[in-house]
Amino acid sequence: MSGGAGAVPPDLVPRRRRERRYSWRSLAVATVSTIVFFGVLGVIAVNAPGWERVQRTFFDWEAFSAAAPNIVRRFEVNVRLFLIAEVLILAFGLVLAVMRSLPGPVLFPVRLLATLYVDLFRALPGILVIYVLGFGIPGLRLEGVPNDPFLWGVIALTLVYSAYVSEVYRAGIESIHPSQTAAARSLGLSQLQAMRFVVVPQAVRRVIPPLLNDFIGLQKDTVLVSFIGVVEIFRQSQIRSTATFNFTPYLVTALVFLVVTIPLARFTDWLVSRERNRRYAASVKRSGDVARRGRALGGLIGRRGKDDR
Amino acid sequence: MTAAALLVEDLWKSFGDLDVLRGIDLAMDEHEIVCVIGASGSGKSTLLRCINLTEPIDAGRIVVEGEEITAEGVDVDRIRRRIGIVFQSYNLFPHMSVLDNVTLGPRQVLRRKRPEAEDQATELLERFGLIEKRDDYPDRLSGGQQQRVAIVRALAMDPDLLLLDEVTSALDPELIAEVLNVIRDLAAQGMTMLIATHEMGFARDIANRIAFVDEGRILEQGPPEQLFVEPREPRTRQFLQRIIEAGRL
Repeated sequence: MSGGAGAVPPDLVPRRRRERRYSWRSLAVATVSTIVFFGVLGVIAVNAPGWERVQRTFFDWEAFSAAAPNIVRRFEVNVRLFLIAEVLILAFGLVLAVMRSLPGPVLFPVRLLATLYVDLFRALPGILVIYVLGFGIPGLRLEGVPNDPFLWGVIALTLVYSAYVSEVYRAGIESIHPSQTAAARSLGLSQLQAMRFVVVPQAVRRVIPPLLNDFIGLQKDTVLVSFIGVVEIFRQSQIRSTATFNFTPYLVTALVFLVVTIPLARFTDWLVSRERNRRYAASVKRSGDVARRGRALGGLIGRRGKDDR
Repeated sequence: MTAAALLVEDLWKSFGDLDVLRGIDLAMDEHEIVCVIGASGSGKSTLLRCINLTEPIDAGRIVVEGEEITAEGVDVDRIRRRIGIVFQSYNLFPHMSVLDNVTLGPRQVLRRKRPEAEDQATELLERFGLIEKRDDYPDRLSGGQQQRVAIVRALAMDPDLLLLDEVTSALDPELIAEVLNVIRDLAAQGMTMLIATHEMGFARDIANRIAFVDEGRILEQGPPEQLFVEPREPRTRQFLQRIIEAGRL
């Protein structure tokens, strides 16, 4: 190749112009096809015989603006539930994952216990766990056991989601090469110390994106505690809806979740792609180093040849 | 007579049907440097891993400074902190800086205070020309630098015995010398070392004794000038011949 690095050969210039033209064209095509697709769907819906009734019951602006403030305010309950449960899930899920990852025959009961737990709570529909804890335990009328449905909602969601999150952690732990543990153990660190200082910190970093994914699920599942009597955003819109014979309040709830969840989903995607780029850049850097070493090597071999004689 | 630094007696180890070690006997004095040579797959690495108690052994016994480390009920972690091992693939902790890599063992195992551990680590890094890499992460280091850090990490535990498992095999040729120089330096300080290596020239320079491992046994051992020049066993001669033909001696 002639010419300095970075100089564009002249025959590349028209090609780049052509490529740019293509990318504009595909953007235009995508825009038009999207407009046509949703436009057709919209026209079908609006011209349907029952549209006017649907519009009145689901998209009533007056009902919307009247219901919105109360409903949005109730979202605070969901946020509180989410934040408390999330912290507990992150901790308990990690404990479960470490329990399942400890080696050795002596620790078999520990592994068995953790495995049974994860199997059980991944198999049960979350709503059943919420019902059993929220109605069942207060129903026992035990002395000193609280009846607060919010509390039981937090506990139920923690139990269910810890099972999922522990599997995410475990995948991360298993992705760390065993030579890392071997190196830690060779220094005299115990198995648990090796986990704590060497394996888990690396594993957690790797599983942040899938963990965020589970957070999104949890965010939405906070509405399930409405079934045991917690008045949160969904329950509030239900109350409003039955009082006014109109479904529009649910639309408020839907919009609140869209506004909160979509940015988190985009953020997760961004994290994943940043991680991928970073790894790619690291591998490119490494192969660059090899090439540089290769050149250095050429010089060294020449010298070494002389030395040997 | 003082106890030998290392005594291996009739050591057997198999992986499934494959007998990797078939009755190894080896004794080392303090300050002695023994190089283990032999073809790939002859059992050199397995021997080192057994001595470090990384691999459970099938039969035989291993004694370090008079204490049988393969006895029932011995605290494995306590033994490991006395025996340093450096791996072919460095195995540095990628999420820790060089300094944290070196101080992890002293702080968590020897329970040293952070400033004390860092002072000692800094001193070692300085001695081996790595001081300016102190706060870097391993992926910023060349292979040779990483391997030198791995050696420093093992040294920070003040081991009685250092095991080096083909520490230059993963390195590009021009980086080998810097690592071998570190080992020479350790030899001059009197560190007791058991070294598995393919670097015959280096082994000849540094070792007090060479042990040739073939099919899971130490077939022949002796001072380098004897073993390299007039080996007794035909298998040893054959092995050395191949090495010479490959231009590595």
